[in-house]
Amino acid sequence: MRPELICPAGTPAALRTAVDAGADAVYCGFKNATNARNFPGLNFTPEELAQGVQYAHARGAKVLLAVNSFPTAGRFDLWRDAVDTGARLGVDAVIVADIGVAAYVAERHPGLRLHLSVQAAASSPEAIRYYVREFGVRRVVLPRILTVAEIRQVKKEIPCEIETFIFGNHGLMVEGRCSLTNYVTGLSTNMDGVCSPAAQVHYDKEPDGCVATRLGDFTIDRFGPDEQAGYPTICKGRYHVPARDDAYYAFEEPVSLNLAELLPQLIEAGVEAFKIEGRQRSRAYVRQVVGNFRKAVDQVLAGEAPELADLVALTEGQKQTVGAFGSKKWR
Amino acid sequence: MSGKLTLGPILYHWDADAKRDFYARIADEAPVDTVYLGEVICSKRTPFFESHLPEVIDRLERGGKQVVLSSLSEVVIPRERNMMRDFCDIEDHEIEINNTAGLFHIDGKKHRLGPLMNVYNEATLKWLSGKGATHVTLPVEVPRSVVGGMAAGARDQGVGVEVQVFGRASLAVSARCYHARAHRRTKDNCQFVCEENPDGMPLTTVTGQPFLVVNGIQTLSYSYLCLVEEIDDMAAMGVGHFRLMPQDIDMVAVAHVFADRIEGRIGGAEARARLEAMNLPAPLSNGFWHGREGHRWQPRMAS
Amino acid sequence: MTGLAQAKSGAAGAGRFLPPPPLFLLQPILRRVVRRVAQLHPNLFDRLGPHCNARFVIDAAELPFVLLLVPDPENLIFRAVSRRGEPESDARIRGRFFDLLGLVDGAEDGDALFFSRELEITGNTEAVVCLRNALDDVEGSIAEDVAGLFGAPGRAILAALRRAGNRRGKSR
Repeated sequence: MRPELICPAGTPAALRTAVDAGADAVYCGFKNATNARNFPGLNFTPEELAQGVQYAHARGAKVLLAVNSFPTAGRFDLWRDAVDTGARLGVDAVIVADIGVAAYVAERHPGLRLHLSVQAAASSPEAIRYYVREFGVRRVVLPRILTVAEIRQVKKEIPCEIETFIFGNHGLMVEGRCSLTNYVTGLSTNMDGVCSPAAQVHYDKEPDGCVATRLGDFTIDRFGPDEQAGYPTICKGRYHVPARDDAYYAFEEPVSLNLAELLPQLIEAGVEAFKIEGRQRSRAYVRQVVGNFRKAVDQVLAGEAPELADLVALTEGQKQTVGAFGSKKWR
Repeated sequence: MSGKLTLGPILYHWDADAKRDFYARIADEAPVDTVYLGEVICSKRTPFFESHLPEVIDRLERGGKQVVLSSLSEVVIPRERNMMRDFCDIEDHEIEINNTAGLFHIDGKKHRLGPLMNVYNEATLKWLSGKGATHVTLPVEVPRSVVGGMAAGARDQGVGVEVQVFGRASLAVSARCYHARAHRRTKDNCQFVCEENPDGMPLTTVTGQPFLVVNGIQTLSYSYLCLVEEIDDMAAMGVGHFRLMPQDIDMVAVAHVFADRIEGRIGGAEARARLEAMNLPAPLSNGFWHGREGHRWQPRMAS
Repeated sequence: MTGLAQAKSGAAGAGRFLPPPPLFLLQPILRRVVRRVAQLHPNLFDRLGPHCNARFVIDAAELPFVLLLVPDPENLIFRAVSRRGEPESDARIRGRFFDLLGLVDGAEDGDALFFSRELEITGNTEAVVCLRNALDDVEGSIAEDVAGLFGAPGRAILAALRRAGNRRGKSR
């Protein structure tokens, strides 16, 4: 079995870059609240998506449309339109998290492939089988919290394909269950597709050369003149607790996931698709990461040892990890 | 105004004696109609209270309370999967599901949906009510307009709607235990250090501002969400159940304030004044309801 | 990381082939550059959304002046301003010349530069994110478009700059 390489596209140019660099599929979203990367200046108009689908299909690549935020009462039409538009433009699958949206796709577009977003937080075989049984989900994007051994076990128990993240933002918070941004900014990750909205992020340079990161009314980190920076999100910030003398990364270190070395094991465990995170990243990132993983996956499939290029310069905090996939010690 | 007052599950790791004393007092003194019981946050904590459950259920029921059992919210490892399967077999009490794994097992049997189930819209509610859901507690972050839409949708489906009106707001859950992490331990070797913080472990910003609290794998608001002045508005929309979340304070007194408000014995402003007079350990917030930052307190407009 | 030390040597290197021209000579060139980019990539402004009226100051650390950019299609402004008289701005982007060139050339990743503290952002972060995303969606290379304005000599200069940038990138 040949696993697919699933690559991020925040802009039409990034989509073409990913396809040219060897993506088997790209994933993207519309310029609105219907997807979990509703960031300023990012994403696609229907016209741009139509051109993107054409470009990808002409080169044998697929386009997966993320409609993976949670519509609220009274706003369901926007999500329905996103699904209908995607179906009309010929996307190869829609990635959903909300049960109502999944039910809509299953009922109105029975021929359209349904993928379960990581935002649905399906972290057990039972949760995954629920979505397969009720809506005919064909593929689940697994949360980044399972070890390779656990993935192998899950694979034996579910009747659908598995997609796992192999590179990019490393998060242990249960996705689709986080209201931290809304608590601070009034904009919701689940309802608006917003995480740490840039409009409320401020970097204050202090006289000693430190930079304080503020989100709304709260200072979520302060880094010294020579310290590496991370994303300005609450879960990557440093805080004080009574048990510690110094501020520390209470939730997560600013590190990126890089599973290049685990590719052979993941293929052997039965993973059908490898996902690269980063729709908010640049073409330069897409070109380098996709190109390198294309080569590595092909080498593994040819029975060779993968040549692992150094991608650490592109990672958050300039540090990388195999994260939860290696063992459970991180818990 | 009408409506039922409910007491949500204790989210923190209180020791067994503290829980028994707490529920004994609730049974005898608190004017709540329904009490949700069960460990929602950490499967490792469940053995501590399991043997006391029958006695506490009995005590609450003799006190005239309806008991609903709440499930775990995180289901990953085999132990948790087995717990969830067994939980869904419970016949003698209503159950509240907090993880999708439960939906797999339940398949048609009557159940309630907890606030972590992401029921944000009418289509989702309609689907789930078709599969046996009779009652839903809405996500804590939804604003007034969404609550209104959900209450209308629920009425059509004959589903009960519940909204959290008091206590710290659950903001995130994780695969990692942040209590153990703070103490440089792992989840497997946590030694139940979360017991040290019966109202959550405070997280302060580098500028000294109180921000969040940690409860094992869960992160909650530092502020106490309080919608006592919005209850009449909610009742008019069709919200029938108002949930208090247990904090390490005099919850009987809190329940009396809310019950007095629901029964119309006191107005919203007086109810809030009585809560403020309790010298609560954290400020009140109601931002989510008003579509604002959740930590905010939005003063009530003169109507 | 020895980023700071390298920034200093990089500054000296850039200075060697970028002698500061008098600002009045620079302004018409910058005006041509920005008009050309706007003409070639009208879609760029869609991604800027509400921020096309924002005033960006771009500060390439090695240059003796800063650049003021207002990406308003109705009234494009792109001009050099002396450091002493820096105008008020909504957002300020500071980095090394080669890193900034890499960004408009589609060769560098803005987040990566930010993580390594080689890019500094102050002011309206959303406006900067929009500008970054708008520039990043431009097909090919803005740097190439601009170089093309000046014919063969322009392209030769860009090629030389890229080589210099690559050498620096590799030595990092």
